[in-house]
Amino acid sequence: MLIAPMGDAAILVKPAETTGRTTLEQVRAISDAMRRAALPGVVDIVPAPESVTLFYDPACWPDFEELCGQIRVIAAHAQPVVAVVPVMVEIPVCYEPAFAPDLAKVANRAGIGETEVVTLHTGADYVVQAVGFAPGFPYLGGLSEKLHAPRLATPRTVVPAGSVGIGGNLTGVYPMATPGGWNLIGRTPVALFDLASTRPAKLRVGDRVRFKAISLEDFVAWK
Amino acid sequence: MEMKVIRGGMLTTVQDLGRPGLRAAGVPIGGAMDALALRLINLLVGNAEYAAGLEMTLVGPEVEFSQDTIIAVSGTVAGPLEPWRPHRIRAGERLGLGRLANGCRAYLAVAGGLEVPKVLGGRGTDLRAGWGGWKGRALHDGDVLPVGLAGVAPVVGNWRLDPKIYPIRANEPVLRIVRGAQADEFGPDLLSGEFVVQPQSDRMGLRFKGQALTRNLRQELVSTAIGPGTVQVPPDGQPIILGVDAQTMGGYPQFAHVISVDLTLLAQLRPGDKVRFSEVSLVEAHRVYRSREKTLAVLREGLAQKFR
Repeated sequence: MLIAPMGDAAILVKPAETTGRTTLEQVRAISDAMRRAALPGVVDIVPAPESVTLFYDPACWPDFEELCGQIRVIAAHAQPVVAVVPVMVEIPVCYEPAFAPDLAKVANRAGIGETEVVTLHTGADYVVQAVGFAPGFPYLGGLSEKLHAPRLATPRTVVPAGSVGIGGNLTGVYPMATPGGWNLIGRTPVALFDLASTRPAKLRVGDRVRFKAISLEDFVAWK
Repeated sequence: MEMKVIRGGMLTTVQDLGRPGLRAAGVPIGGAMDALALRLINLLVGNAEYAAGLEMTLVGPEVEFSQDTIIAVSGTVAGPLEPWRPHRIRAGERLGLGRLANGCRAYLAVAGGLEVPKVLGGRGTDLRAGWGGWKGRALHDGDVLPVGLAGVAPVVGNWRLDPKIYPIRANEPVLRIVRGAQADEFGPDLLSGEFVVQPQSDRMGLRFKGQALTRNLRQELVSTAIGPGTVQVPPDGQPIILGVDAQTMGGYPQFAHVISVDLTLLAQLRPGDKVRFSEVSLVEAHRVYRSREKTLAVLREGLAQKFR
């Protein structure tokens, strides 16, 4: 396990390679254990694909090594919380051309038809590797290799909310209108970020996701 | 009580001390770019340090209040209002804050704080997400904002804050940094060169131009969390230093991190300003941070005697 400072107010924790558990499972276990431990002055616990970063107030920890020591103990004993049923979220996506300006390009690149792109995209189980870029934006791993596509050379200044995109070997959903450089292949009517909720982001690191194709009529009628 | 905006200024937003605890959901920390300035003027008007005030950029707004009140402004404001002290303001009196005397951002605090609705636990404006503050946007002419009830009122007299508490702006500021995870993959150019702040800089990040920093590794990095002060180096070799509205995850090499105490200097950089960097140890960064927080604690106690 690596524990290293990131600036003077954050610490990066990188789990060691362990047999029997994926890095992502360890990341989630460490994040959960840190949240439960609620160390004083630790204000943010941020899981990423291969690491967890803890943001802390240096005024609460006169001895930095003491903080690192406590983190090491908590992380070393972190046990994955075994969910009875793994969290599986189904996200409806409309792949109509109006919502999918880059679908043809992705299909051409793969040497397949657009319908096959949809079949491949809806046929895989994805895992949330990280939430970032924008509030509630999930980075989803597990994309079919045929669909891997480089980000746009010039990002769009506005990507509409709900857009489903492909960036490199990942797929993701833009919860709100932002600039963005991913290839857009569809749009979901579902909100992935809810300001009114106590847990505003619908997806957490480690959650599983499946996409389901819906028609334009279903998209419009979605509530 | 209400605050009426006569003129909005160049980019005036409601800001507090941000939204800690939501980075795992992808929500940036946000809040005042120069948190120290906002904390200090909040203390001067008897508010909690995290109360919401105005952040103005280069050209301030013109405002008036519907009742007599007490306000304070930070040290970069020009005009008739002396900074770093409470002022009694009459109902309907117009305050034109004009062009900033120096720096990039200045702050105004009013007793009771700006009581805009809380979004995700904070009152600050997130311009990129379009929420928080006043309708998720910068202030326009004619906006009317609610002001909270003042708790304690300071005795307004002939006193002001010791100006030494807020760093004096140098002509060519030196930002202190601690090394980042990929520092060894670069030459020492960041520390020897001079870098100029570019006009595309904003609350998400400050872009710099100088001698390009070359990385002697090609390897792509797995994204990790990033935060205000992180010095990222994209492939073009020109550093970007993240601000409080920056996204929460990033995959560019991290050359260094500006120390927490110097984020106030970072917030005051204008396009065209030249900066240099100097490296300090983590121990030193923590020492100056604790020392500053101690000074603030002493100030808080001292001010308690000025409130009734």
